[in-house]
Amino acid sequence: MTQALHKSTHAPQGGITLASAMPWIISTVVLLVIPFVFTSNSAITIMNQMAITIIFALAYNMLLGQGGMLSFGHAVYMGVGGFMCVHVMNYVEDYSLPLPLPLLPVFGGLFGLGLATIVGSFSTRKAGTVFAMISLGVGELIAACSVIIVVFFGGEEGVSGDRTYGLPFFGVEFLHQIEVYYLIVFWLILSALLMYLFSRTPVGRMANAVRDNPERAEFLGYSARWVRFFSFCASGFFCGVAGGLFAINYEILTEENLNLVQSGSILLITFLGGVGFFFGPIIGAIVFTLLSTVLSLQTELWQLYVGALFLATVMYFPGGLAGVIMMHWPAFRLGNARMLVLPYIKTFIPCLIGILGTAALIEMIFHLRHGAVGDEEMTLFWTTFNVHAVLPWLIAIAITGAAFWLTRRNIPEVVDAWHRANSLPGAAT
Amino acid sequence: MSAAAALQLEGLRKSFGKTEIIRGVDLSIAKGERHAVIGPNGAGKSTLFNLITGRFPPTGGKVRLHGQDLAGLAPFQINRMGLSRSFQITNIFPKMSVFENVRCSLLWAKGYRYSFWNMVSKSRDLTQAADAILEQINLTERRELPAGVLSYAEQRALEIGITMAGGADVIMLDEPTAGMSHSETDYIVDLIRQVTENKTLIMVEHDMGVVFGLADRISVLVYGEIVATGRPEEVRANPKVQEAYLGAALEAEH
Amino acid sequence: MDLILVNLIDGLVTGLLLFMLSAGLTLIFSMMGVLNFAHASFYMLGAYFAYQISLYLGFWMGLLIAPVIVGIAGAGVERYGLRRVHQYGHVPELIFTFGLALLIEEIVQFIWGKNQMPYSPPEILQFTLFSIAGNAIPAYKIFMICMSMGIFISLLFVLTRTRVGMVIQAALSYPKTVEALGHNVPLVFMGVFGVGTALAGVAGVIAGPVLGTFPGMAFLLGSIVFVTIVIGGLGSLWGALVASLLIGWITTFAASYNVAMADILMAVGFEQPIDLSESAWRDLWSLTLPQIGPILPYLLMVLILVFRPYGLFGKRDV
Repeated sequence: MTQALHKSTHAPQGGITLASAMPWIISTVVLLVIPFVFTSNSAITIMNQMAITIIFALAYNMLLGQGGMLSFGHAVYMGVGGFMCVHVMNYVEDYSLPLPLPLLPVFGGLFGLGLATIVGSFSTRKAGTVFAMISLGVGELIAACSVIIVVFFGGEEGVSGDRTYGLPFFGVEFLHQIEVYYLIVFWLILSALLMYLFSRTPVGRMANAVRDNPERAEFLGYSARWVRFFSFCASGFFCGVAGGLFAINYEILTEENLNLVQSGSILLITFLGGVGFFFGPIIGAIVFTLLSTVLSLQTELWQLYVGALFLATVMYFPGGLAGVIMMHWPAFRLGNARMLVLPYIKTFIPCLIGILGTAALIEMIFHLRHGAVGDEEMTLFWTTFNVHAVLPWLIAIAITGAAFWLTRRNIPEVVDAWHRANSLPGAAT
Repeated sequence: MSAAAALQLEGLRKSFGKTEIIRGVDLSIAKGERHAVIGPNGAGKSTLFNLITGRFPPTGGKVRLHGQDLAGLAPFQINRMGLSRSFQITNIFPKMSVFENVRCSLLWAKGYRYSFWNMVSKSRDLTQAADAILEQINLTERRELPAGVLSYAEQRALEIGITMAGGADVIMLDEPTAGMSHSETDYIVDLIRQVTENKTLIMVEHDMGVVFGLADRISVLVYGEIVATGRPEEVRANPKVQEAYLGAALEAEH
Repeated sequence: MDLILVNLIDGLVTGLLLFMLSAGLTLIFSMMGVLNFAHASFYMLGAYFAYQISLYLGFWMGLLIAPVIVGIAGAGVERYGLRRVHQYGHVPELIFTFGLALLIEEIVQFIWGKNQMPYSPPEILQFTLFSIAGNAIPAYKIFMICMSMGIFISLLFVLTRTRVGMVIQAALSYPKTVEALGHNVPLVFMGVFGVGTALAGVAGVIAGPVLGTFPGMAFLLGSIVFVTIVIGGLGSLWGALVASLLIGWITTFAASYNVAMADILMAVGFEQPIDLSESAWRDLWSLTLPQIGPILPYLLMVLILVFRPYGLFGKRDV
């Protein structure tokens, strides 16, 4: 580490510096410690799911964010990697092969890579709409095949295996969720690091260049198609790794792992998190997993809210959550972040109340329309009331209206504070 | 001449639909020559550039780079043979930093190809070369800014930097000074002179001051045909050229 | 022979239905460069709106009003959503329409629930028009064919014979020039988007009673519509027509001819394994044509994209 420190003073662009290693060290520590904070089984289940989703989302963003390729069928690479891993798992069990479980994701990765190599050979010719369409077609094709090719995909019930029959890994048999957690975390850190480093290699840099301006890249000696192809293969590999981890964690894969719904949600997750920054998909995966587990317990309509949130993100914050966070970086650097706190509180709290009020109205309408006959009572925000009465409606509408009115009134203040926070002290404008 | 020529065009033709834009261009540009292509608007200068660099396929005729036929080659293959070009409309990577723009243009030439096992930031050679180019195009202070936020003149300078960074020995510039003020033009002309030292330069330009100041030889393209090629003073004296094009421009110059 | 005729009619119905969607999608795509992922969602909205209207005013008013509402909704989406996202580029536009498709499905579930609606053809058309060798051809099918044909012909007429059509065709290729000539291109875009989605709405109104009006109907048909316009060639109206009919007939014929792979394999000279359930090739042996029918369009698309990247009739590869 002293060497790294020494180097950082001389080569600001060069190799590993403490500053660039810090996020990695912190996240590793957090990942190792967190099971001691959230010890319940359900928390660990959620965290496992989250970690797998992070790998998948990061791999997806290698295409979308870094290569500018929009794939509508990316679940296939994760799914096929996962199916392969279940088969390997069963094979190991049947023939008692000496393959330790932690190495299983490599097979998933290689299979994802293989499939990506085949598909990429013709799909990466163009980016943009054509690529998106091919990815959709191939995705649907493979998803549809899963019902026909029963030998590999197991038909409607899918294929399942048992992770514990493998060779014990230093005495660990992966009977418990927590053991699986550490296995997944190991792969998470390894794959995230590799994906990050990939973005720093010549082909990773050129992926950015091709995304921004494929024609110019061609006049610099690079074939845009080959650059896309390499990104596509790399993405396929890491999707396969995520699939392998999925196989280990859930021990079953079905058609649901391949279909358009799955492909769509990874797009949603990645975009929500922000495609412009490496850590964007990580945020997206964490937020989405929390939303889908916590929110889905609260309301039947969670997908409606997630859909609305997604659309709002596309329209107003195309940089996603990561973009919103990084937007504040200049103000933070200027030491002006404090100036934003008060206006933010004054605007976003009413705004939040307004959104919750709207959600409450939506829930009430839903209950009114689809509730069972005679079931007139509903509980919202810890209050139980009769939906068929007028008063709750008046209250909800009044609160929502007032909250939005207050938000609107305070917006100029935020805009003003924003400009002040982002201008240099003493600057003329 | 033909074997030594850096770039040779033989009966080059291009039609879009029924309209013939380039009607048989023959031109030979020697190694180390600075050659300017001038002509009125719509004469086909940019099309000529696009034909040479493989952006469009020609309808007929041949382009030879160092004696090698370029027929059927893609732009990236032509670039690897040592021909690099800039664009009339600024064509950079707007979201990437100025430094990254230059570094990307160095990657192939430095032999990195499609490597995914080297870290670009680890290569001191690469960083230094990119910084040297930034120094040369006078953009060191803008190093970390996204290229899209640079001023127009700076973007043009970056465009030239990217074009010549790969170390190509034949450089084609499409209207490098278009839309620039006088002082900016002077800066770019100096820059071009500097970076094309010992290289072959082919450029399209409207500013006659730039053309006569830089070029060793000039070709005049009118309606897809070269009406005259020669040293600046020969072209200036050519009555055909004066009639077709230069007369008005020269009067405006003086 | 009779079966072929019945299949021809069924395939024509499916094909023309696909065409009503792919025509709008193609128009929108070639004009704005946007592949509207939510196109099939407007088709679904058409069905649901028409169902709701038919409860009060009957089927025919639904057929008249629902597409108009869908078209207005589409124009609104263009005006207030897409136009905003347009500045970020094509990929965010595509993502936007994808998100819109998700949201519309959720909204439909929110309003009408998850079950299929009891939306049925009008009574006046519920009779057998004629029958071919015992196969009854309901009048509604012929009505669907007539509707689609009528729309196709009027679309063709508007595009090639009217002033508006000229402006649209010109705006397709040279939006800047058309704008410079004083035409309000954003308005034309909005109009085209509205008309395109209204066409999808019409398709929804007339297909809803036959194919079912349920929340999954958009995604079920949606991906096939994309496949259609990719096969036809992005931006080509004739391509969309040919590809729609092609896919309509392929899927119909594949569904009704029970050709088993085992027969083909044996005819070629392979021997059927004795213990089929143990063989790794058992899926291949038990394969039948109706089974792979639904995936044939995708297979066709992948093949086309590999060998003819710009589709059957596409001129440019976009």
